Amino acid sequence: MALIDFANPTRFLNLVDRVLPWLAGATAIVFALALVQVYGAPDDYQQGATVKIMFLHVPAAWLAMFCWALMSVAAIGTLVFRHPLADVAAKTAAPLGAAFTFICLATGSLWGRPMWGAYWVWDARLTSVLVLFIMYLGLLALWRSVDDPSRAGRAAAILTLVGAINLPIIKFSVDWWNTLHQGSSVVRLGGPAIHPSILVPLLTMAVAFTLLFVTLHLAAMRNEVLRRRVRSLRLLQAQAAPGA
Amino acid sequence: MTALRALLLRDMRIAVRIGGGAMMAVLFFLVVVVVTPFALGPDMALLQRVGPAILWIGALLASLLALDRLFAADYEDGSLDLILMGRLPLEFAAATKALAHWLTTGLPLVLVTPVLGLFLNLEPAATGAVMLTLLVGTPALTFIGLIGSSLATALRRGGLLLPVLVVPLTVPVLIFGVAASNAAIVGPVPFGTPFTLLCAFTLMSLVVGPFAAAAALRHGLE
Repeated sequence: MALIDFANPTRFLNLVDRVLPWLAGATAIVFALALVQVYGAPDDYQQGATVKIMFLHVPAAWLAMFCWALMSVAAIGTLVFRHPLADVAAKTAAPLGAAFTFICLATGSLWGRPMWGAYWVWDARLTSVLVLFIMYLGLLALWRSVDDPSRAGRAAAILTLVGAINLPIIKFSVDWWNTLHQGSSVVRLGGPAIHPSILVPLLTMAVAFTLLFVTLHLAAMRNEVLRRRVRSLRLLQAQAAPGA
Repeated sequence: MTALRALLLRDMRIAVRIGGGAMMAVLFFLVVVVVTPFALGPDMALLQRVGPAILWIGALLASLLALDRLFAADYEDGSLDLILMGRLPLEFAAATKALAHWLTTGLPLVLVTPVLGLFLNLEPAATGAVMLTLLVGTPALTFIGLIGSSLATALRRGGLLLPVLVVPLTVPVLIFGVAASNAAIVGPVPFGTPFTLLCAFTLMSLVVGPFAAAAALRHGLE
C-alpha cells in the first residue's frame, strides 16, 4: 500500500485498529525483557547502581531527537505534498517529543545530583537538550494558539523545518560554549566503547522506547483524526442550527 | 530593483515618522541596560565583567520586541496583500522589509552602544568589540525574527508567541556574540574564532529567514 492511500482517513483508522493491539503487546514484552536485562547488568565500579539511570536517560534522549526528525519529515509532507495525515502526525508527535525530552532532562538531573553534586549544571549537552525542550514547548504553544488545524499545521511545519536547520547549529554552538559532559560513546569510529553487558540492555531498552513511541503516536493520531471529525461535525451542526 | 528600493525607502520613511516607533527599540535598550545595575549593585568591577553580556541581552530583547510591527501594520492596512499579489518575489520583498527594519531599529542599537558602555564601565577597546559584534550579530537577530514575525502575522497572533518562538533560535548568536566580545577583552580564545562563526551564522540567517518568512506568509494568507 502506498503512502497516498492513507490520505483516506478511514483506511488509516482501519489499519491502526488492526495494528495497535499487536504493537502494544510487543511494547510490553520488549519492555519486560529490557527490564530483566537491566536488572542483570553490572553496576559501574565508580558510579554504583546510579549508572542504571542511563537505561532510561539515553533512549529518551535518542527519541527526543528522533521525534523532531519525524516531525520534519511530516512538515515536508504538509508543505510539499499536502498529505492530510502529515499534519496529524506532526501535531501528535510534538507532545510526545516534549515528554521524552522531559524524561531525558529529569533522569539526567537525578543522575547528575550524585555524580556532579548538583541537579543542574550548565553543561553543553544538558543545555542543548533544554533548548530542544523549549523549542518543543514553543511548537506546542503555536499549535494551541490557532483554532483552525490546517492553518496552524502549515505554520508549525515551517517552524519545525527552521528548527531542524537550527538545532544542529545550536548543538554545535552550545558544545563550543562549554563542555563537561563525557563525549559520545555508543556511535563512534572504532565501535562502541561500552562493554556488551551494558550495551545489550541499552539497545533493548532503545527498541522498547521506540515501540512505545510508535504505539502512542499511532493512538494519538487516531484520536486526532476522530477529534477533527467531531470538530467538523459540530461546525456543520452549528451552521445548520436554526437562527444561525 | 526599483520596486525593492521603493519598498525599502517606504518602510524606512514610515519607521522614522510619527507612529513608526523607530527609536522605541533604542529607548528600550537604554531602559534595560540602566535597570540591570539596580539588580546587580553598583559594583564597577562586576559591571565591567558582565557588561558585554548585558549589552547583548539588551540588544536581543530590544530587537525582538520591535519585530512585532514588521508585518502587522502592513497586514492591517492591506499593503501586505499588494506585496503578495505583486510581481516582486516574496522572498526579496521579505528580505527588503527586514533590511529596512534593521536599518531603523538594529543599526541605532549599535550606534548607542558606546554611550551605554560608559554606564557599564567598559574600556574603549571593549566597547569597540561589542559594537563590532553587535553590528554583525543584530542582522541575524532581525532575519531570524523575520520568521517569527511572519508566522505571527500569518496566524494573526501577536504578543508573547513571537519571542517564545524566536529566542531559542537566537542562542547561537548570543553565544558567539558574547564570546567574541569577551575574547577581545580578556581572551584566552582569539577574537577571530567566535567572530567568524558569528559572521557565518548571520550569513546563514540572511538566506534562511526570507525563504521561511515568505513560505509562512504564502501559506498563512492564501
